[in-house]
Amino acid sequence: MTEHERRVKAEQRERFDFAVIANWLQPGEHVLDLGCGDGRLLRYLDETRDVTGYGVEIDPESVLACICNGVDVIQMNIESGLLGFEDHSFDRAIISQALQTMHTTERILSEMLRVADEAVVSFPNFAYRSNRAAIAAGHMPVSEDLPYDWFDTPNVRFFTIVDFEDLCARLGIEIRERLAFDEAGREVADDPNLNGSLAFYRLGRKS
Amino acid sequence: MSSENSVGLVTPQRVRFATPLTLKSGAVLPGFELAYETYGTLNAERSNAVLVCHALAGSHHVAGFYADDPENIGWWDNLVGPGKPLDTDKFFVIGVNNLGGCYGSTGPLSIRPETGKRYGADFPLITVEDWVAAQARLADHLGIDTWAAVLGGSLGGMQALEWSLQFPDRIRHAMVIASAPKLSAQNIAFNEVARQAIISDPDFHGGYYAEHGVLPTRGLRLARMVGHITYLSDSQMAEKFGRQLRHGEHKFSYDVDFEIESYLRYQGNKFAAFFDANTYLMMTKALDYFDPAYAYAGHLPSALARARARFFVASFSTDWRFAPARSREIVFALLDNRLRVVYAEIDCDAGHDSFLLDDQHYHALLRAYLGNIAV
Repeated sequence: MTEHERRVKAEQRERFDFAVIANWLQPGEHVLDLGCGDGRLLRYLDETRDVTGYGVEIDPESVLACICNGVDVIQMNIESGLLGFEDHSFDRAIISQALQTMHTTERILSEMLRVADEAVVSFPNFAYRSNRAAIAAGHMPVSEDLPYDWFDTPNVRFFTIVDFEDLCARLGIEIRERLAFDEAGREVADDPNLNGSLAFYRLGRKS
Repeated sequence: MSSENSVGLVTPQRVRFATPLTLKSGAVLPGFELAYETYGTLNAERSNAVLVCHALAGSHHVAGFYADDPENIGWWDNLVGPGKPLDTDKFFVIGVNNLGGCYGSTGPLSIRPETGKRYGADFPLITVEDWVAAQARLADHLGIDTWAAVLGGSLGGMQALEWSLQFPDRIRHAMVIASAPKLSAQNIAFNEVARQAIISDPDFHGGYYAEHGVLPTRGLRLARMVGHITYLSDSQMAEKFGRQLRHGEHKFSYDVDFEIESYLRYQGNKFAAFFDANTYLMMTKALDYFDPAYAYAGHLPSALARARARFFVASFSTDWRFAPARSREIVFALLDNRLRVVYAEIDCDAGHDSFLLDDQHYHALLRAYLGNIAV
């Protein structure tokens, strides 16, 4: 694959991720995107769903990229919570493929459902078939959705669809919808913990 | 100083406003003059004007240099110029000496028309709100209906914030840097020490020192020394001076032993040689009184509900005078109103004064934000 092909593929994949999230949003929603990176998701949601809102990011270069992209970004560390954000001040809090890069998983999930009515979470499933195969062959997995070598990965939490759902149950978080996709971007219905590479959740508080 | 990106030779201008200005204190200024400078060109749509507000000791001389004083380079010259983050090829930039200042605008040094003598202590207390009201007259004079942006650091940032509240429809972007929505008790305490240093100087004469032919330089020097401590970070002071000795040994006297003492004395002397003590007193009071939430039972989000501008808010990690938490107060009050805002917390070891430096990341943020402003 040439560098160009790789980039095109990455962009197609990114748009597919973004589209899954966009499909869950109502036009005009007010959202908070945690670990927003360069703000591309928020820009996409603005363009496709007319959403308003803010990104939150700790990395200085990403904050700069957000500003270049015209995305409203708040530079802060969310590991210690979302102090300063009012309860239910957002329709949705989103964390797109960033939860696995943070240490305080429980706090972040709880805080998302404090400041927003609903949370949208996506993450790479470490129990995906090819990841299991890599481990069985004696190596940490490197894949489409886990594109890092073990020694330079930003990921600090390694969990599976089953693990995540156990945690949600323990925290009293209601899973309102789940979608899982394989590496080719096909939706997976059968045994998602084995066949799903990337998982998306809509989460809420049981009323 | 690289002169290739400099706005070059600049000439200060003055404008007189004859209509009386009723101040927040209730006092009335019968008329006033403002000294200002401009850089770049106002476009045909008059949509590219940017106001740069100065902090405690600043002036209208923001960028460039003077023909008769080429060493006198504007205080934010690293930011303003052709190709610089605040690009004068794109923007029409205005610097103004605030009302009550001592660089040419009407202030305590001005001759009072009724008496033919200097105002001195009789010059009324001016607030941030009054500065903005006066700046609005300058905008009218220059044919600027709406600022593309108003920006400033520290006390200058408070003016940018105040613009968004007093004239919500006349400002598109408010850039509030190293600032705070109000002073803390500690901030006021430092100001009070500075004021007492000046007021208790025997040469102060209740503010009428001009009539006695003296200047309260000792008080002003002390005030500046105290201020300077709050502008620098502990780590930067340690790095710059540490416990370095001036004479290589302890002198067991009250003369300068440590380099930091020498530095503070130098800064104090330099400042006291040209700054007006009454202006300094007034500026510190303007800082103390600034509190847009005061009229809203201390609730900042309610105070900011009027704002329509988009905001750029930035703070510096080692600034303990206006720490990042103070900027976050502004940010979250804007969020509560669903106003558009970007907030950057910049890692810089130079304390409060960081906002004046050309830290690469800081300037990249400013360049990016200003670059996206449509004109």
